[in-house]
Amino acid sequence: MVTIPAFLIVAVVLFGIGCVGVMISRNIIILFMCVELMLNAANLALIAFSQALGKGDGHVIVFLVLTVAAAEAAVGLAMVITIYRNRESINIDRYGILKW
Amino acid sequence: MTIDTIIFGISAVVAIFSAVMMIGQRNPVASVLYFIVSLVAQAVLYVQLGALFLGAVLIIVYAGAILVLFLFVIMILNLRGSEDLGTGSPPLSRLTKFLVAGLFVVELGFIVRNSVFSNVSTGVVNLPESFGSVEEVAKLIFMKYLYPFELTSILLLTAIVGAVVLAGKKVLQDTEGTGSEKDNVKPPAKEVKS
Repeated sequence: MVTIPAFLIVAVVLFGIGCVGVMISRNIIILFMCVELMLNAANLALIAFSQALGKGDGHVIVFLVLTVAAAEAAVGLAMVITIYRNRESINIDRYGILKW
Repeated sequence: MTIDTIIFGISAVVAIFSAVMMIGQRNPVASVLYFIVSLVAQAVLYVQLGALFLGAVLIIVYAGAILVLFLFVIMILNLRGSEDLGTGSPPLSRLTKFLVAGLFVVELGFIVRNSVFSNVSTGVVNLPESFGSVEEVAKLIFMKYLYPFELTSILLLTAIVGAVVLAGKKVLQDTEGTGSEKDNVKPPAKEVKS
């Protein structure tokens, strides 16, 4: 029987990798995937806690997070395509036009 | 060492290893493929935690839909991993980034360590057989959490409209501007005006 903290540690490590990726990545697409990775790590923690408490509510939250992730990916990639047409680059440093 | 532990170990290592490989790639396509490997390993972890339905949904929705969307965008932009990504940040800035992320992970680790409440260390041992099945999740979604579930439909609709407005703009400008169909479209309009 694998204990719940083991799953939580995996979730934390995955979240940390996603966090590092968001900060060091200069490729906008890889940066987006790192955000998705962090969402997945949070999902894993939610499911672990759901199992620990014996309630299915966490599963519903994970389901909703998946929906939000899909919406975020769609809008985010649309923005990437739009900016790429103007800048001809996926380098995150050239995306300064998104600053206010 | 039971078979459970072995499966957990393998999928945890695969999930973390491919996540590390994912952020280290220059080629976005390789990055997406590593992410898919990581997702499959994570789906195994979901199933180990009793979330059979969500394990399937993770593979179908994430690996099957979202990452294919990523691949589509990479192909549309024709990225080959040889793009100019700049010179990178100076060493001090890079060190700060790793430091901040490391501190964040340490902080999360403390939270995990302190979260030893009631029965969290082993989990509920005598879970009902149907825990995490489609039936149980559906009951919760369509009865207890019906309202948030309905709201996600509005969220998805907004995302669709937003994506079309953002990514489809250039096409509209082309047909109005110097597109090849200009000659076919404009003369009838002029005739109407005159």
